[in-house]
Amino acid sequence: MAEALANYLPHSLEWLAYVVVGLVQCALLLLVPFVGAMFFVWVERKVSARIQDRLGPTRCGGRFGWLQLLADGLKLITKEDLRPKDADAVLFLLAPYISFCASFMALLALPFSNGWVVQNMNVGLFFILAVLGLEVFGVILAGYASASKWSLFGAMREAAQVVSYEVPLGMCVVVPVVITGTMNLVDIGNMQAGLFTNWLIFHDPFTFVTFWVYFTCATASVNRAPFDLAEAESELVAGFHTEYSGFRWLAFFMAEYGSMFIVSGLGAILFFGGWNGPIPIAHWLGLTVENGPVLGFIGNLLGCFNFIFKCVAGVTFMIWVRWTLPRLRIDQVMQVCLKYCVPIAAVMFLGATTWTYLLPGGVGLRSMPYGMRYDTTNVSAAFQPAAVVPPAPAAPVQVNQKLPQASPPKIAQADVPGPGRN
Amino acid sequence: MDAINWHTFFFLLFALVACAFAVGVVLATNIVRMALYLIVSLGATSGLFFLAGADFVAAMQLMIYVGGTLVLLIFGVMLTAKGPFISMKTGGGDWILACLLSGCLAAFLLPAAFAVPGWRNVRHAADTAAVNAAQPEIAEAADASNATAEANSAVATNAPVQTRTATPLGMGLLGPRVDTLDPDDASLVAGMSGYLLPFEIISMHLLVVLVGAAYLARTKRRADSRNPGARNA
Amino acid sequence: MDLLSQPVGVSHYLVVGAILFISGVVCMAVKRNAIGVLMGIELVLNGANVNFVAFSSNFLRSDQGHSLGLDGQLISLFVIVLAAAEAAVALAIALNYYNNHSTIDVDRADELKG
Repeated sequence: MAEALANYLPHSLEWLAYVVVGLVQCALLLLVPFVGAMFFVWVERKVSARIQDRLGPTRCGGRFGWLQLLADGLKLITKEDLRPKDADAVLFLLAPYISFCASFMALLALPFSNGWVVQNMNVGLFFILAVLGLEVFGVILAGYASASKWSLFGAMREAAQVVSYEVPLGMCVVVPVVITGTMNLVDIGNMQAGLFTNWLIFHDPFTFVTFWVYFTCATASVNRAPFDLAEAESELVAGFHTEYSGFRWLAFFMAEYGSMFIVSGLGAILFFGGWNGPIPIAHWLGLTVENGPVLGFIGNLLGCFNFIFKCVAGVTFMIWVRWTLPRLRIDQVMQVCLKYCVPIAAVMFLGATTWTYLLPGGVGLRSMPYGMRYDTTNVSAAFQPAAVVPPAPAAPVQVNQKLPQASPPKIAQADVPGPGRN
Repeated sequence: MDAINWHTFFFLLFALVACAFAVGVVLATNIVRMALYLIVSLGATSGLFFLAGADFVAAMQLMIYVGGTLVLLIFGVMLTAKGPFISMKTGGGDWILACLLSGCLAAFLLPAAFAVPGWRNVRHAADTAAVNAAQPEIAEAADASNATAEANSAVATNAPVQTRTATPLGMGLLGPRVDTLDPDDASLVAGMSGYLLPFEIISMHLLVVLVGAAYLARTKRRADSRNPGARNA
Repeated sequence: MDLLSQPVGVSHYLVVGAILFISGVVCMAVKRNAIGVLMGIELVLNGANVNFVAFSSNFLRSDQGHSLGLDGQLISLFVIVLAAAEAAVALAIALNYYNNHSTIDVDRADELKG
């Protein structure tokens, strides 16, 4: 797109095309946390209301109160911007935006459909995990800079919790990586194309349990109940965002809902097939890229709807859990992490790797992958280094017919670099 | 005016941020501000790693260095604070000595950075081809140079280049070096065992560090100011 | 704008690494807060990492195929891991120091002075 736009500009202003296109893409991506946060706030209010046997917003905007979210947004934007007298000015002003930026950066690597990703990184999964861990800095700085002991306590507790839960989260996330052999989220999603039995959650019982551990750790690492001591209204006033009002509080809120969306999306891609529906209707109808760009776009659009539906389902599940279970104390939170999540995640990791080693093709639930848009030559390309070795494929790769998996190359065959074996 | 090389633009952006905030760490007096500047500087360094083609290392930097080590540092800052953060000023003599030391280091390191001609900048593909034609002994390594020249020209002409380093790195840590299966010097193949031993050593090292740090930092009775001689083992 | 159209080489990365290293050394020398000294150590290790990654890159050189390749990246991975480990132990030491002296100022640690 940038090159097309650059053709219309005079030569000295060609760089402007890139800047404009970058800004447009940024703006489109910014819609995700903005609109998402507003939508999820409404969902939260409605779902929590129904769980508590009341109705929720019903006045603003007809029967379902859907304009309530607009009214909330307007209220927050027009609120007075407070700042405590003893607060460290720069850090106080900066903290919400650090959280928001960390949450937003993770959207750079999250694919919404086949190929619909801002930056298709080979280590996309790792990048998302790394960046979600940066959100804790905004919280700590907010707690410190608010010059209030409630904020500081809340911030420290949240930092300890997020950092501790990154360990089991990482271990749970590694299980699909081991099964698929790649950290590229687009490839992981593509490998689960076909019937829903191709989804990684049905690959082996260890992965099934891993999903639930992943979801627990993800809930903890975005500080949702029952792990939400950092914002515990009944204990710490409002934790680290006590002193924030107006748009800055909205930034924290958007960061939280954005992170919930991202970890749900990550769970959807890793375990539930991402943008692939339970039955490959798009492939049966011929809405694939091979049939032309327009049909491919429509197929991808359906995939995008699938993906967003799964994300919203994940977030709704988190909301449901929040209003059902009581809050955990900080020592219980740490106990759950260190005594339950880490050992279970470790055992699941061991089990899944052993399963993949012993039964590389899976057992029983595998079906012939329909709509397989995954190019198996990509797997051997994963072994090609960044353009140092001559272009012959570096190592032969055993590719299973049912589910392409990269088993480690046999070293004995390394001195015969022939074309990749299928 | 030539087209902007976006690789250079982003390199300058990240490099300026990293260096400026690193200098800011030195000049700041408030310890929490120092921690924030360090976070930004290390984050910008991660961007530099991405630009150099080391995607896995860059993600590791973000996750472990910025997301782990610096959180640890901030915890340390919060746990060792006593009341409002008093700023401890260093005397002028210390600053002069430090500036002298940094001047000497700079005088040595900065010219050394530009010393080797091969380090200076990336020649465009046309230049590389011309050099190849002029020196036939280099043309034997034409495959490698073509690949490098492709990468170089791709960088020089704003084309996106994807690097896939995660799997070769993982394999290298386990033993087989899949990136150098066909080295220029065949005699090097015999001893090539990858980085399995350092990997295992680092694992044990981390275990030892975990146990040691947990033991060192366990809760002990703090010596209060009224009784400064009181120690508790 | 001519500056922005020239490609970047290893030298520029080495300059960045040098600046990070020098800032780290000065930070270690000058800061009185023990955690400040630790930050200096992190900067030094980071400067070294930048150098390693620059040498390992294939995009930044003009001589053909003489980069360190994956060796540089592996070494920088080890440096990152070791730096994290060292930061943990150093922080434990700093906490002990604070508990024993009731201050984090390293200039107060002069009881062993002859």
